[in-house]
Amino acid sequence: MAGYKAVVIGGSAGSIPVVTELLRALPLNFKFSVFIVLHRLKNVPSSMDVILAGKGKGIYIKEPDDKEVIQGHRVYLAPQNYHLLIEADHTISLDYSEPVHYSRPSIDVTFESVAQVYAAGVVAVLLSGANQDGADGLRSVIDQGGTAIVQDPATAEYPAMPQAALNRNKSAVAMTPEKIASFLQTLND
Amino acid sequence: MAIGKSMTAHSLITMEELEDIIHLVRRQYGYDFSDYARASLQRRVVRCMQKANCLTAYELKYQLTNDNRFFTWFIESLTVNVTEMFRDPAFYKELRNSVLPKLASYPTIKIWHAGCSTGEEVFSMAILLHEAGLLNRTRLYATDLNPANLERARQGIVPLQNMKEYTSNYIQSGGTSDFSSYYTARYENAIIHKEYRKNVVFAMHNLATDQVFNEFQLICCRNVLIYFNRNLQNRAMTLFSDSLAPLGYLALGMKESLMFSEARHQFETINPAVRIYRSKI
Repeated sequence: MAGYKAVVIGGSAGSIPVVTELLRALPLNFKFSVFIVLHRLKNVPSSMDVILAGKGKGIYIKEPDDKEVIQGHRVYLAPQNYHLLIEADHTISLDYSEPVHYSRPSIDVTFESVAQVYAAGVVAVLLSGANQDGADGLRSVIDQGGTAIVQDPATAEYPAMPQAALNRNKSAVAMTPEKIASFLQTLND
Repeated sequence: MAIGKSMTAHSLITMEELEDIIHLVRRQYGYDFSDYARASLQRRVVRCMQKANCLTAYELKYQLTNDNRFFTWFIESLTVNVTEMFRDPAFYKELRNSVLPKLASYPTIKIWHAGCSTGEEVFSMAILLHEAGLLNRTRLYATDLNPANLERARQGIVPLQNMKEYTSNYIQSGGTSDFSSYYTARYENAIIHKEYRKNVVFAMHNLATDQVFNEFQLICCRNVLIYFNRNLQNRAMTLFSDSLAPLGYLALGMKESLMFSEARHQFETINPAVRIYRSKI
């Protein structure tokens, strides 16, 4: 399946093992850009980017700086205590405004922004979590013609977040982590 | 916010309408947002529209054109007024350990907090200076474009519910005093003691339009430049460069980089992890 420019993954409580699995499933020479938004503590030292990189078999993962130019074959992890937005010129824009759903970074904020820039070229994946973040963002992805995937709540350690997204978005597709992984493998050109 | 629930945020306003609003605000009120990064500015404008129950860009423009008080509210809501005491403790630790000892050699120290919001990082700096024995010979200039922020900052009031987190930040930054000795708790608020605010001058200053106003040994501008495009970032960096004393320090936010700025060659990196730079000239 060609034409996908961005895969954006949002997760909260219970999502790290699935994120790891999905990173491992990325096609070897994937050409799209990957954005990951995880609910994380702030003002504490974190090595999440290093941890994920260690699990992702040599994949290039980083917390981007503001204004960084987005490239293909890269994984961008939203930094602690910032919202991650995308500008129309395909640069990263960080934002320190109020938390959304008590979260900064917020999944909604990044999903909406990615949808606006990449439109139908987006695959958005919402994983396990205990709040409502991501449901509105998936709506934006669907409205812009993108593909919305939600982790099957029955497989999620915390089903509230994927369930809220499914309730809100009838055209979002529920998949087990294995199905999501094999779907990602079909995305390369 | 009834509409916020039933509509996705960006369906409220197109990029073209955003340009119209920027133009109107500049022409009528003199606030220039034309070089602000669009993704976050659009979010902020939509948020204002939702709060004000404006369903269309036309309604927003109508109110901005005809109601000065609405504009005052708009500008206060549009700007990001979020801050924390001792945000990024590792940064404050580095200030304590390697920057303040260098500043100690000056007979008088001048520090500029550009984009100080409601002052929490300024109070944090004053506490550090006090603990280093430097506060009495330091003057802190704290500027923001939002007058409501400055008014709040002058009162030295911080929501009490945040103090637990700020205490943890303070300790992580290497603070060893009793943090509660720096403020008085009163109902829902903590009031920072006057002695940590008396050397602070709060004033309006707009990085998009205003000029150099003094010379400083340290400029802190943390998480302000992220709202600017590269053009305006370059303007601000030139302003900082022109405002720094020889070998003066510049501190940016943890994810703000000099790499994308034209002024990068004028600075050396002191600590890349916490984004502290020093002017070479």
